[in-house]
Amino acid sequence: MSAAPDRRLAGRPPWVLVVPALLGLAFLVLPLAGLLIRAPWPTLPARLAEPQVLEALRLSLVTATIATAVCLVLGVPLAWMLARVDLPGRRLVRALVTVPLVLPPVVGGVALLLVLGRRGLIGQWLESAFGVTLPFTTAGVVVAEAFVAMPFLVISVEGALRAADRRYEEAAATLGASRWTVFRRVTLPLVAPGVMAGAVLCWARALGEFGATITFAGNFPGTTRTMPLAVYLALETEPEAAIVLSLVLLAVSVIILAGLRDRWVTSP
Amino acid sequence: MTLDARLIVNRPAFTLDIALEVAPGEVVALLGPNGAGKTTALRALAGLTALSGGHIALDGRPLHTRPADQRPVGMVFQDYLLFPHLSALDNVAFGPRCRGASRSEARRTAAALLERVGLAAHATAKPRRLSGGQAQRVALARALAVEPRLLLLDEPLAALDAHTRLEIRSGLRRHLADFDGATVLVTHDPLDAMVLADRLIVVENGAIVQQGAPAEVARRPRTDYVARLVGLNLYRGLGDGARIKVGELAFSTIEQLDGPAFVAFSPAAVALYRTRPDGSPRNLWQAVIDGIERHGDNVRVHLDGPVAAFVDITPAALADLDLTPGQRIWASVKATETHAYPA
Repeated sequence: MSAAPDRRLAGRPPWVLVVPALLGLAFLVLPLAGLLIRAPWPTLPARLAEPQVLEALRLSLVTATIATAVCLVLGVPLAWMLARVDLPGRRLVRALVTVPLVLPPVVGGVALLLVLGRRGLIGQWLESAFGVTLPFTTAGVVVAEAFVAMPFLVISVEGALRAADRRYEEAAATLGASRWTVFRRVTLPLVAPGVMAGAVLCWARALGEFGATITFAGNFPGTTRTMPLAVYLALETEPEAAIVLSLVLLAVSVIILAGLRDRWVTSP
Repeated sequence: MTLDARLIVNRPAFTLDIALEVAPGEVVALLGPNGAGKTTALRALAGLTALSGGHIALDGRPLHTRPADQRPVGMVFQDYLLFPHLSALDNVAFGPRCRGASRSEARRTAAALLERVGLAAHATAKPRRLSGGQAQRVALARALAVEPRLLLLDEPLAALDAHTRLEIRSGLRRHLADFDGATVLVTHDPLDAMVLADRLIVVENGAIVQQGAPAEVARRPRTDYVARLVGLNLYRGLGDGARIKVGELAFSTIEQLDGPAFVAFSPAAVALYRTRPDGSPRNLWQAVIDGIERHGDNVRVHLDGPVAAFVDITPAALADLDLTPGQRIWASVKATETHAYPA
């Protein structure tokens, strides 16, 4: 006698829950609506075509994409290690991986300066050995974005790896596949949706990165001034431009959200 | 001997310790209840579970020192584990590719094997498009594609429905007959074991309790588990010539046995009486009916008393006798219907 849930029996939702829920929704939606209402629609096309806007947008897209690629190359193996190898102190490693997630990005930027800056522990050596300097360069933007965004990828991919049925990997092993072949031909295809979702989250986080970028890479037009930096700067001088830049970022976010809708927004 | 193994696996609260010898072309079934350690034994042979002790030798060469991917072993998993992102053909070609064949070579091998199991038409299908029986055959083809010297099958028919099972079982039997290496299969279904295997090894609680040809095991069960599987009443007692004492009962038997002995008889060989029968037949005892259930076309009566026993009677007999649980009843079995053998 399985009781099918009856909507009428459930009664009306209690107002103690409904009122805060609606307030919460309004709180999340109203600022975005404000952005749309106050947007200078008539001058929008002209503003979008301004070289500074295009430059910042291009820089943001390029750096976020490279940062995501870096995160994939380093983060997927890291997630695999966390999910598949019996490391001593694995819990500690996992905790360390998630630190940039909760760390204020500005602090991350300061930390990056101390290590990769010109007088930093590794930065010093990088400059003397290879003549490479990272701070206040486009490469520095990528470093700052990757630092902040990588935990999103690692956590997402590790979760996918843990959820994947490991017996497929065993089946592959009995067929003669080495661990690398197993990873390449079985594990990775099986967790591809998780990697994809992680990469998109990672890319979105990198695109919105502000604190670590401005601290570590500075704010130079054309080389390190990404969209979020441009928005912040424009707000002080030209609020209308800030709105336009914000709209662009909002549009990009919404497109990502729409792309991820099936995986993240709908409940399982 | 193709395969010569002693498998010891220690787990908290469980130890597996069994010795296995399998000849080329021979099919050995590990039969046992859930949790007996059958699958652990198979995984140990494949290299997926580490041995705590013992050895595995295949064709005289040690196998236990090699990791799973370097053993000449093919394994069919219980739910097949076909790679969901690869077509049937690429699933079968996976093994040959890993063992160094070129892409086209591997695909040729795979296509030939799919042809052999009658699935050439489904080569491009993804596993989720295959029926249970088809997936089972792809899994078999995938395991055979690496040209293993040892073929392992874990409950190869358990995931199939009754109808498909019959068909796939006879197909599997044919393919196993064609395979010239050693085969070890694990099952908890006595029928699968009897049909597919040349020899049965019954495993209970991590140890071998009985082994032999299927007919031999079916005729002379040595544990309650095996007796239940083959549908016999089995008692362990003490023989003194023509009788075997089981508790307070003494079974008259045809065989002359002295010392510890088993006596077995079919549930259909037992006759039930409401009152003590005249002429006092041998092997008569008074029992209490513990339960009554349908059993195929017949009725199975569970008896409690000096010995617990199953009795199969016809529904008509049930009506005539007017049996109810808790009722006292007389039961007897002819000496000619019993089978006694040394314990």
